[in-house]
Amino acid sequence: MTQILRVDGLNKSFGGITATDNLTLGVETGELHAIIGPNGAGKTTLIGQLSGLQFPDTGRITYKDRDITRLPAYRRAPLGIARSFQITSLVMEMSVIDNVTLALRAKQGHSFRFIRAVRKDKALRDGALALLDRVGLADKADRPTVALSHGEHRKMEIAIALGAKAELMLLDEPMAGLGAEESVQMVELLRSIKGRHSILLIEHDMDAVFALADRISVLVYGHIIATGTPDEIRANEAVQHAYLGEE
Amino acid sequence: MTRQDWIAVIMLALLAVLPPLFIWTGQYFWMDLATRLVILAIAASSLNLVLGFGGLVSFGHAAFVGLGAYAVGIPAYHWLYGGMDAIAVTNGFTQFGLAIGVTAFFALITGMICLRTRGVYFIMITMAFAQMIYYGIVSIEEYGGDDGLVIDTRSEFPLIDLDDPLQLYGLCWVSLLVVVLFVRMIVRSRFGMVLQGGKGNEERMATLGYNVYAYQLVAYVISGAICGYAGALLGNFTTFISPEMMDWTRSGELMFMVILGGASTLAGPIIGATMFIVLEEVLSSWTVYWHLPFGLFLILVVLYIRGGLTGLLSGKKGEGE
Amino acid sequence: MDASLLIIQTLNGVQLGLLLFLVASGLTLVFGILDFVNLAHAALYMVGAFICASLTYALGNFVLAVLLALPLTAVVGLVVERTVARPLYSRGHLDQVLATFGLILVFETLAHMIWGPAGMSVPLPDSLNGQTTLPGGIQIPTFRLVIIGAGLAAAGGLFWLVNYTRLGMLIRAGASNRTMVSALGINIQLLFSLVFALGAALAGLAGMLIAPITEASIGMGHSIIITAFVVIIVGGIGSMKGAFVAAILIGLIDTLGRSFIDDLFKLVMSSEAAENAAPAISAMLIYIIMAAVLAFRPQGLFPPKVR
Repeated sequence: MTQILRVDGLNKSFGGITATDNLTLGVETGELHAIIGPNGAGKTTLIGQLSGLQFPDTGRITYKDRDITRLPAYRRAPLGIARSFQITSLVMEMSVIDNVTLALRAKQGHSFRFIRAVRKDKALRDGALALLDRVGLADKADRPTVALSHGEHRKMEIAIALGAKAELMLLDEPMAGLGAEESVQMVELLRSIKGRHSILLIEHDMDAVFALADRISVLVYGHIIATGTPDEIRANEAVQHAYLGEE
Repeated sequence: MTRQDWIAVIMLALLAVLPPLFIWTGQYFWMDLATRLVILAIAASSLNLVLGFGGLVSFGHAAFVGLGAYAVGIPAYHWLYGGMDAIAVTNGFTQFGLAIGVTAFFALITGMICLRTRGVYFIMITMAFAQMIYYGIVSIEEYGGDDGLVIDTRSEFPLIDLDDPLQLYGLCWVSLLVVVLFVRMIVRSRFGMVLQGGKGNEERMATLGYNVYAYQLVAYVISGAICGYAGALLGNFTTFISPEMMDWTRSGELMFMVILGGASTLAGPIIGATMFIVLEEVLSSWTVYWHLPFGLFLILVVLYIRGGLTGLLSGKKGEGE
Repeated sequence: MDASLLIIQTLNGVQLGLLLFLVASGLTLVFGILDFVNLAHAALYMVGAFICASLTYALGNFVLAVLLALPLTAVVGLVVERTVARPLYSRGHLDQVLATFGLILVFETLAHMIWGPAGMSVPLPDSLNGQTTLPGGIQIPTFRLVIIGAGLAAAGGLFWLVNYTRLGMLIRAGASNRTMVSALGINIQLLFSLVFALGAALAGLAGMLIAPITEASIGMGHSIIITAFVVIIVGGIGSMKGAFVAAILIGLIDTLGRSFIDDLFKLVMSSEAAENAAPAISAMLIYIIMAAVLAFRPQGLFPPKVR
């Protein structure tokens, strides 16, 4: 197996607080790699650096053998990296389908096109509808985004990540704030896309992580203390001590 | 056609019908007001492109208006009094072209710096750059400095005579129509969707692969150029061009028009400009201290509109729904 | 360019810088702690000047008038805080900008109604009105030295207040972590009111100090507020140290630029071209400096710590 993403010796601090501490990590092509860790472990800062919204102080991020450490976010997306956000960050003023078509259009070169009204683009609309269908939201395509429930917003996030046709998906806590039934649906949804994309999943929900992940890395105070299969992680004493023991 | 579009159509139709009536009935005062209203509506529409649709709170748009006016005034001045032969013309295409070119260039240079910043920095920096142009113009004594520049000659175009109030008004009205249609086209285009997406959520747009900065910069340049065009019309209308046109309080008034009329709607800037002109006229006919009730009105509106004006700005549906 | 002119202009630059600091420090305090953009700071500057002018006539003593006008301006600031600013703390910057823009219109019209459309000059006592001879025989108006002294004293007092008092500790804590301060059981509303009033008094003081030179007039706050914005942008919004360094820097650059830039230009271009270009460039100089700083440090020279 080859590694699609490799992180070497990443460091990032804010003021006096170290959020990422000499972090090293590899994601194999095609695997679903989960990152777990207690609150404040630096999960969101890590995903920020991987997606290019934040830059590390030192260290290296390599994607498909290319150094992307300092590449801004908008140039990572065309390489095949997509992310979802922990705090739902859709464009609330737009309709559901407009949010998804934004993701599709990003794949079609620049958008410095001033004349044609976008809503008249049939092919784009069909593509977006197909994506919404996959996450079960096709019937709500023309609703304003703001009118949908939290669980539906989470599904939109996945549809958008899918729409970016990413080879590597960075998913930031897709289960956050979901009810029991919605969580089950989300696990099914993630299972259905697993294997077709390489996925780095950051998640609090232990049941979901152990059900889905090929491998798990445990992040504590900005540092990976263990990486392994779900069974290995379950059995790891350091992990139990640092993290699972506190549950 | 959406409801917003219909409101814009009705406003434009009223503005097409009323002024000729003013002329026939000899109400030149009202005619002047209508002309100023239409010019302000053009400037407000262009501000709306960045403020309403782009979410960029520019507090310096009066500088573009002023620069546009001086792009008419300075060539006219040299044509009248000599010097600077290269630009000493009264040809309208040259003057208006200059207005658009200069303001687009100024928007490009300042936009490149302003757009690197966000939030309150952006507000203050757009304000500061506008003030820079204000002081720059004031310092050039040849063009009247503080006192401004009186030009006795308007831009010359084939077929139309801007010395005739009705023809000048016609040009302004057609310009407003074109600008409104232009803004409508832009916000519905792919470019417009990205611009509005950047207003709603910049990080999301970046991770999708959009370089939001570039889109915002282009929108800022387009907006500045339209404001410059409005300034060229204003210079022709007043034939008196002064730095006061670009005082930052003028920028504040433009913001007032966009926000109170309805940001990120097509009709909003026209409604806002109308509200502003009406308030100004009604209040100032009432008392010389009209800025007092005007200021109080502004404060009360901000305080008591539910969710605030920012809520009004983001909560309102974008056009086309 | 001769040495005595250079010294005089340097002092003038320091004087302008200190006045700018008085205005900018209030703005940056209010912004840093309350997250509130206060355009009406310009009006408080004007209000301070007019109150001081009236009191000078009533009492016949400028110094006494300043001492009385300071708390009065602070009270005006308190009223603004209670009525307009407080409901807007949780709102967006756009709301704050528009409402305080409305406040400027209100204050200026009120000043127009109370004090009339013309400006109001402020007579100085004889002791402050003369010239002082500096070592080296350079003559400088005494009052300019007074402004420098008062500005330095105010700046020093502010640094002491922020760095060495309990109130200052709360101010610094409030700037970095609002919820923590309220969790400590501190009356955060009171703290905000005090900060706002302090800012108002500082802006008012600047207005009072400049009034004997320029007179109190209605639009007097319009240009200094923008220059104060430039100062806090260059210094880093919310940073007191940044405001001080940037204020002195901007004051010096502006003053020296206006005096000497034509001489500098004559070194590299014809004297006629220099005469033409110099006024415009020196008028725009501080904004060009601001642009240059921003191009390299978008957060200003002393960016505030991440909250």
